Amino acid sequence: MRQRIARTIGGVALVALVASGAACSGSGGDDGAAGGEACGSKIAFFGALTGSSAALGINENNGVKLAVDKYNKANPDCKVEQVELDSQGSPDQAPQLAQQAIDDEKILGLVGPAYSGESEAANPFFSDAGLVHITPSATNPTLAQQKWKTFFRAVGNDLTQGPAAGKYIKDVLKAEKVYVIDDQSAYGVGLADEVKKLLGAAVVGSDKVQGEGKQTDFSASVTKVKSSGATVLFYGGYYQEAGLIRKQLTGAGVTATLVAGDGVNDPAYIASAGQTAAEGTILTCPCQPAAKAKGNFAADYQALNGVAPGTYSDSAYDAANILLAGIKAGKTTREGLLEFVKGYTGEGVAATYKFTETGELDPAQVKIWAYKVTGGQVVPDQEIPKS
Amino acid sequence: MDFNGLFSNFGELTTTGLTQGAIYALVALGYTLVYGVLKLINFAHSEVFIAGAFAAIWTWSALGLNQDSVVNGVGSIIMYLGVAMVVAALASAVTASVIERVAYRPLRKRNAPPLAFLITAIGASIAISELFGIWTDRRPEGVPNLISIKPLFTIAGTPIRPIELLIVGSALVMMVGLDIFINRTRFGRGIRAVAQDPNTAALMGVNKDRIILLVFIAGGAMAGVAGLLYDIRIGALSYSVGFLLGLKAFTAAVLGGIGNLRGALLGGLLLGLVENYASGLIGSQWKDFAAFAVLVVLLMFRPTGLLGESLGRARA
Repeated sequence: MRQRIARTIGGVALVALVASGAACSGSGGDDGAAGGEACGSKIAFFGALTGSSAALGINENNGVKLAVDKYNKANPDCKVEQVELDSQGSPDQAPQLAQQAIDDEKILGLVGPAYSGESEAANPFFSDAGLVHITPSATNPTLAQQKWKTFFRAVGNDLTQGPAAGKYIKDVLKAEKVYVIDDQSAYGVGLADEVKKLLGAAVVGSDKVQGEGKQTDFSASVTKVKSSGATVLFYGGYYQEAGLIRKQLTGAGVTATLVAGDGVNDPAYIASAGQTAAEGTILTCPCQPAAKAKGNFAADYQALNGVAPGTYSDSAYDAANILLAGIKAGKTTREGLLEFVKGYTGEGVAATYKFTETGELDPAQVKIWAYKVTGGQVVPDQEIPKS
Repeated sequence: MDFNGLFSNFGELTTTGLTQGAIYALVALGYTLVYGVLKLINFAHSEVFIAGAFAAIWTWSALGLNQDSVVNGVGSIIMYLGVAMVVAALASAVTASVIERVAYRPLRKRNAPPLAFLITAIGASIAISELFGIWTDRRPEGVPNLISIKPLFTIAGTPIRPIELLIVGSALVMMVGLDIFINRTRFGRGIRAVAQDPNTAALMGVNKDRIILLVFIAGGAMAGVAGLLYDIRIGALSYSVGFLLGLKAFTAAVLGGIGNLRGALLGGLLLGLVENYASGLIGSQWKDFAAFAVLVVLLMFRPTGLLGESLGRARA
């Protein structure tokens, strides 16, 4: 209840902010209502910027920031503004926030929503409103199967990531006993199910925990993993719980290797688990190492944000650039920009972008990487070959 | 239903359940003490717990430990634990007494309706929790590895680790200490007197405000120690965990019979066990369901809780 009250208060404050912003631009006397004006257009980032899973959202928001910053330096007399919509990663927050974006006529497109659960809640609103959005990180496969008109995904989905993680467990770790835990979120369950499907009889047991910071004591799950004799634990969920599970496993003397997906692929995981416990964890991701991004991306990002790029910083940067390219090309209505993204083909820093009918990234462009926690850092291990 | 899993893991589920239950019990004491004396549910007690838990972590980091440091030597481990325990208990006791002075006493002086106490408690709880959220950037903070993970000995095939022994042991020691304090000392007699009949107690020369403050301090100190035990058990702390833990501890207090100290211990341990057995039998997603379903069912048959007798009616 407490969280809900805090959120409601936050929501009211945000609405007030947006309303005052709208009032200002109204008094400026421009007829923004119909769109059609590149200058003063907005693109929004939709994802967690605070809360228990904010690290990935912040990586992405900083990527969008860099794209907008570059655009505005190149077009100093016709700037584009960035709006930050903080969902705290919560599906409960998403519809209200989506409506807020839709009500701001100046917002022509979004980067996000960042996670699968909030996508399920927000995307129907965007589809009805015809507001294009490119997610740089929501990887649940079913998101593309809902016939939403405005959904695009700049990375691969869990139908490629899940089996790849399974394959790594089977071929590289050569595990014969695997335990699977998920956090009951759209993302966690989807990913865990794909891993279970690939590993089949090697999965000796499974359990479900609570995400979003709701559970901190995982002793029952730890007991089960321990007695199952599994040498690998796969976790479908986000980094904070993954870190606590790893820490408590180690605390109970369990040495099984933890394998997890892109939701855990962030230094925040190591902070949560502690360096000693985190060592050796395998993290998969449909994202290439940030250092492999083309051009000066890493250096520019560091210069603007004061931190090195993290997981999905590059795909968020690319997604923002696709939207900005549309605005630059004069697509300054929501319909125009949507059509532009549909037909888009182009080179980004992380991949070459081209979308399928359902808004998925062209499968030929999807790369899955395995990373390993080594010496307190998430270090690229190897690219996992697609079957 | 995984009966096989439950039986083969029964020992371990029991020890970890009792460990978690001991922490619930220590926090439950605060609810039950305040309720016994004031007939008030101090919803801000969850933040009294959080204050102690953060105080312990910050003490360790002030002593130069972070979550990756490894401490060797029994002497220094006891030193680190002891210092942090004192600081945590102090921090929580101070937080509890500030809440009492700022939020509750003014309302009492003005004879405010019970609803005002309830909402001011919730208000204080959110305000303090948000304060910790801002101070910590809403990020979890890690706990150093103070205690060895090697099992000390095994009972019927179940390994007993030092951490479990420490948590259950210190919870029991504190419980017994509190019981003696309430039942055998002059201050304890004052507490019982105010719980029974505040006005008569005042006529007999008991300073009611001082007794109430004492109750908050005693409950706070227990919660502070619980915070430290929570830290070393879970391994990390985030500002928002107090809410659910507070709710569970409150549940434990009601389960055992609110106002009854031994009931709080029984309720806490029972709740920890039920949660773990349900996790083992059905799956961890049923943990909270089981805890609260047991509460509802038990209250159906015993509305006063397991031990049911209030602090006020305890024999003087």
